[in-house]
Amino acid sequence: MSIQAKAMQVAAKVVPADVQIKGLRVLHNTKRKLGLTKTPPVFVESLVPDVSTLALEDIDVSNPFLVRQGQSEAYFKRLRQECPVHYAKDTPFGPFWSITRHEDIKFVDKHHELFSAEPLILMGDIQGVQPELFIAMDPPKHDEQRMAVQGVVAPKNLLELEGLIRERVAEVLDNLPLDTPFDWVSKVSIELTTRMLATLFDYPYERRADLVRWSDIIAASPEATGGPSNDDNFFQAAADMVKAFSTLWWEKKARLDAGAEPSFDLISLLLSNKDTKDMVKNPMEFFGNLGLLIIGGNDTTRNSMSGGVYALHKFPEQFAKLKANHSLIPNMVSEIIRWQTPLAYMRRIAKTDVELNGQTIRKGDKVIMWYSSGNRDEDVFEDAHKLIIDRKNARNHIAFGFGVHRCMGNRLAEMQLRILWEEILQRFDNIEVVEEPEIVQSNWVRGYSRMMVKLTPLS
Amino acid sequence: MGKVTFIEHNGTAHEVELEYGQPLMQIAVDNMVPGIDADCGGECACGTCHVIVADEWIGKTGQAGDDEKQMLDMTPEKAPSSRLACQIVASEELDGLVVRLPEFQM
Ligand code: HEM
Ligand code: FES
Repeated sequence: MSIQAKAMQVAAKVVPADVQIKGLRVLHNTKRKLGLTKTPPVFVESLVPDVSTLALEDIDVSNPFLVRQGQSEAYFKRLRQECPVHYAKDTPFGPFWSITRHEDIKFVDKHHELFSAEPLILMGDIQGVQPELFIAMDPPKHDEQRMAVQGVVAPKNLLELEGLIRERVAEVLDNLPLDTPFDWVSKVSIELTTRMLATLFDYPYERRADLVRWSDIIAASPEATGGPSNDDNFFQAAADMVKAFSTLWWEKKARLDAGAEPSFDLISLLLSNKDTKDMVKNPMEFFGNLGLLIIGGNDTTRNSMSGGVYALHKFPEQFAKLKANHSLIPNMVSEIIRWQTPLAYMRRIAKTDVELNGQTIRKGDKVIMWYSSGNRDEDVFEDAHKLIIDRKNARNHIAFGFGVHRCMGNRLAEMQLRILWEEILQRFDNIEVVEEPEIVQSNWVRGYSRMMVKLTPLS
Repeated sequence: MGKVTFIEHNGTAHEVELEYGQPLMQIAVDNMVPGIDADCGGECACGTCHVIVADEWIGKTGQAGDDEKQMLDMTPEKAPSSRLACQIVASEELDGLVVRLPEFQM
């Protein structure tokens, strides 16, 4: 545990968690004014150079505008072909290795004893706070914390949620305008993921928009992912989130202590497990793990919902194939997740010197596993840039990662997407994307902030 | 070549040829036994080839190794004789093997 975390644990006995996080902001701003910490980078969009004009060592895939400018495919293709384990010396996020082939990514992800997920899995660090979350913990602590919460998204429980999810999907789809174009991202993708999250957390339904707001701000930290947030927003969102969830935590605890049956939601599960029942007393762990579940379940599923519509618009013959054969939906869901790869990477730090594909990665080096590139690896996926809904090995995609950190919400995400497409096909003959979508500024989240579509109902 | 039986959660049994030298996961996939996803292609890194070995066979297949245990710990259906099918290599010794499939892969 860091000194900061220890101090906060002590402070937690007397000061509420959200006040502590606000306190950190003051400390952090003061340090920054005194020049003790670096000013966060501000990313201004300029034309991304054509990768064929660059020397290998000058290639910088941390640029948060690569996807928006349609350059990501070409950049990673060159790395996969010419330098699959690539070192970038000088970037706004410091030096780092890029692992770009499917096989090598699996190797790194699997070997947690060689590559540590601590202290954070984003490209840059977030100064001023050190959230503690199990996606960024190594075994054995990782295993303890994951086991405490994974029950909530275990397939058996999901089966019970299916009816509820279907109802909510139907309600959203039935209220879409049929005569005018509208934004699919806000009206469908965000709406559905938020409803789902509110259900999982048993969060007050009418305030569910909070969850998206916090998640968006926290994931868009410029120093971590090249996003457009700023410090003040970040700390405010973190503090608000912790406050809302502490309140919920204490309410649930009071009910449990009074002898109520535990309800089936994440906080009740955390409260009922001996390893996590005191999590609220460690604000960084509390913030980290709740943030993990909110962000984990938010951006990713949301952008797969938008990405599927966009991909089927780009490959209309696949939409025709789908309409002719609805039983392709489950395989299509995996293929959409491969094609979209909502999270571009996870980061590791080498724990010892490691030889990989002809390069020596030194102990302490930062290593980025580019899932977005592994999912375009032509050695594994033929015509990898194409969406092929009946692709034989779609399930071998790497968008959920592999190894002990493999996505905990994978079955939930697949189920949500499957239901969405089943219900879409009951109602609509076509979803036309009427203008090019707006792409998020980030080197981590591969997503859409706006996508105008027009529906054609089944005749 | 011998035989292996996969029993689905609903009781449906699939008896297929046990091709020696092949991982059990591959044998299931090649014979289209439902309920084995094998997302990582046999690297002990996804946990979606979970099988529960019949008690009388666990002595022959052996227990899960450390890597394997770590992945298996993540599934709520883990049993004492749980294994990942990609980590069991078919051999003459295993002729007649019986394994059950969990209700869900994780
Ligand atoms: C299409 C949707 C999703 C994608 C692409 C995705 C992707 C990922 C990836 C790449 C990882 C890290 C894997 C690694 O390091 O090897 C991960 C971990 C995780 N995801 Fe997801 N995710 C999705 C949906 C969800 C949902 C809906 C939830 C919410 C319940 C969720 C919760 C988590 C958690 C808790 C972890 C940490 C697991 C650990 O460290 O053991 N994810 N996800
Ligand atoms: S196939 Fe992935 S663990 Fe066996």
